[in-house]
Amino acid sequence: MVATLYGSRIRSQATFRTSFVTDVAGQVLIVATEFLELWVILSQVGTLGGMTLAQVAVVYGLGALAFGIGDLLFGEIDNLSSYIRSGKLETLMIRPVPLLLQISSLDLSLRRIGRIVVGLAMYGTALAIAGFSPTPSALALAVLAPLAGALLFGALFTMAGALQFWLVDGREFANAFTYGSNYVATTPGAVFALPMRAFFTFVVPATLIAYAPTLALLEMPGPALVPSWAGWMGLPAAVLVWIVAGLLWRAGVRRYTGAGG
Amino acid sequence: MATAAGVFTNTVFGFIRASIMFAAIASAGGELNGYTIAQAATYVWLGQALLAPIEAFGTREVSQRVHQGDVAIDLLRPTSFLGLHYAQKLGRSGFLLLGRGIPPLVVGALVTGLALPESPLSYLLGAFSLLLAITVAFLADMMVNLAAFWLLETRGLTIVYNAVMNLLSGFLIPILWFPDWLLTIARATPFPSMIQTPIDTLSGRVPPLEALPLVATQAGWLIVLALMAHLMLRAGVRSVEVQGG
Repeated sequence: MVATLYGSRIRSQATFRTSFVTDVAGQVLIVATEFLELWVILSQVGTLGGMTLAQVAVVYGLGALAFGIGDLLFGEIDNLSSYIRSGKLETLMIRPVPLLLQISSLDLSLRRIGRIVVGLAMYGTALAIAGFSPTPSALALAVLAPLAGALLFGALFTMAGALQFWLVDGREFANAFTYGSNYVATTPGAVFALPMRAFFTFVVPATLIAYAPTLALLEMPGPALVPSWAGWMGLPAAVLVWIVAGLLWRAGVRRYTGAGG
Repeated sequence: MATAAGVFTNTVFGFIRASIMFAAIASAGGELNGYTIAQAATYVWLGQALLAPIEAFGTREVSQRVHQGDVAIDLLRPTSFLGLHYAQKLGRSGFLLLGRGIPPLVVGALVTGLALPESPLSYLLGAFSLLLAITVAFLADMMVNLAAFWLLETRGLTIVYNAVMNLLSGFLIPILWFPDWLLTIARATPFPSMIQTPIDTLSGRVPPLEALPLVATQAGWLIVLALMAHLMLRAGVRSVEVQGG
C-alpha cells in the first residue's frame, strides 16, 4: 500500500516535465543562495565558529541533505492547519489508511529532491576536501548521520503538525522549530551563545543533526556542551523526539472533533 | 494568535542570525566592513522587524486572481488597478509594522542592545526611506504577480524571485560584506532599495546627509518600476482572455 500511495504521487508529478524541471531548478537556486550567505562571511573572515570553509560546507551539505529527506517525506504535515480549517482532514480520517501516512504521501513534492541532490553533492565533495579519513566507524557514521538527521527533522515536522491541532492559527509558531532547526543545523554550532546552544542541543536537538557528526567525522574537538562524540547521538535523539512526537500526534488526533459539515 | 506566532518565529530567527553575525565579527576582531557588534544587532533586528511589512516572502494574491479569472472584476472597477492594490498593501504594511515590527525590536533592545542614530533627522529620513522601500518592494512583487498573465502558474517564479531578493537586498547579510563582483551585481538591481537602504538610514549607520543619494536611488527605482509595472499591466490586459463568465 505504501508503494501504491507514493508511486501514484511520483507518477503524477513526473507527467508535467517542464514544471517539474523548473521547480527543481528553483530549489537548487534557493539552496545555493542559502549557502552563499555562509560563503560570503567566510570570504571575509578565515573561520566561523572555529571552522574553515570546507568544514562549514560539510555541516551545510549534511544539514541540507537531512532536511531535504525529512521535508520530502514529512514536510506536508506543516500544512495540517489548512486541512483542519477546510475540513479536508475529515475526508482523510474516514479512509482506512493511517492518517500520518496519507498526509505524508498527499503532496510528496518531488521538487524537494533538488535540495537532496545539492546537499548530497556538497556533503561528499566537502568531506573529501576537508580531509576525511575513511575508517570503518567513520564511514558508518557518514552514512548514518544524514538518515538520523532526516528522522529527526521528520519527528520535528510531526510535532509541529501535532501542535496545530491546538494552535490552528499558530502555524508560524511551529516554523520556528522546523525551519529554525534547519537554520541552526546548517550552521557551525559554536557560533551560538551557551544558553542557545543548550536549547538547540537538549530541547530541540538541531546541533546533533549536522554539526556534531561533522566534528566526529573530521576528528575535531567540540565547544562546550557539544563534544565530538555527540556526533553519534543523532539516532538516539531522533528516537526520543519521535516518541514525544508520536504521543503528541495521538493526543492531537484524539482531541480533534471536526467542525461539522 | 497568528501575529503572536509570527513574532515568536521572527524573534527566534533573529537570535540565530545575530549569533552568526556576532561570530563573524568576533573572528574579524570586533569590526567587519563597518559593522560592530551593536551595529550588527541593530541590522538584524531592524531586518526582522521589516520582513513582514515589506512582505519579503512575496504575495500571490494578484497572480491567483489572474489565474482564476477574478482579475476581470478588478479591471472593471472604476479605480486604477495598481492604485487599488497599493492601497491594500499600505493598509497591511501599516498593521504589520506595528504588530510584527515593534516586538522584535523590543526583544532586541533588551537582549542584545541596539545602536540608535545620533541625529534626529535619521528617524525622519528613515521613515521616508521605509515608505519608499515598501513601495519599491510592492512594485517588484506586483511585476512577479503580473507575469501570471503569460505564465498562468507563477509559483516557481515567486520562489526564485524571493531567493534572489533575500540575498541581494541585504536581508541575509549586509551587502557591504559581499565580494566586489556580487556587490556590483546587487547595486545594479532594485533589491538593496527594499531592505538595506531603509535599515542603513533608520539605524543611522549612514548619516542623514550621506543617506540622501541612497534615498534618491530608491526614488529612481520607484519611478522605473512603476513605469514597468504599468506597461506590463497594459500588455497583460490586452492579451488576457478570461474564460467563462
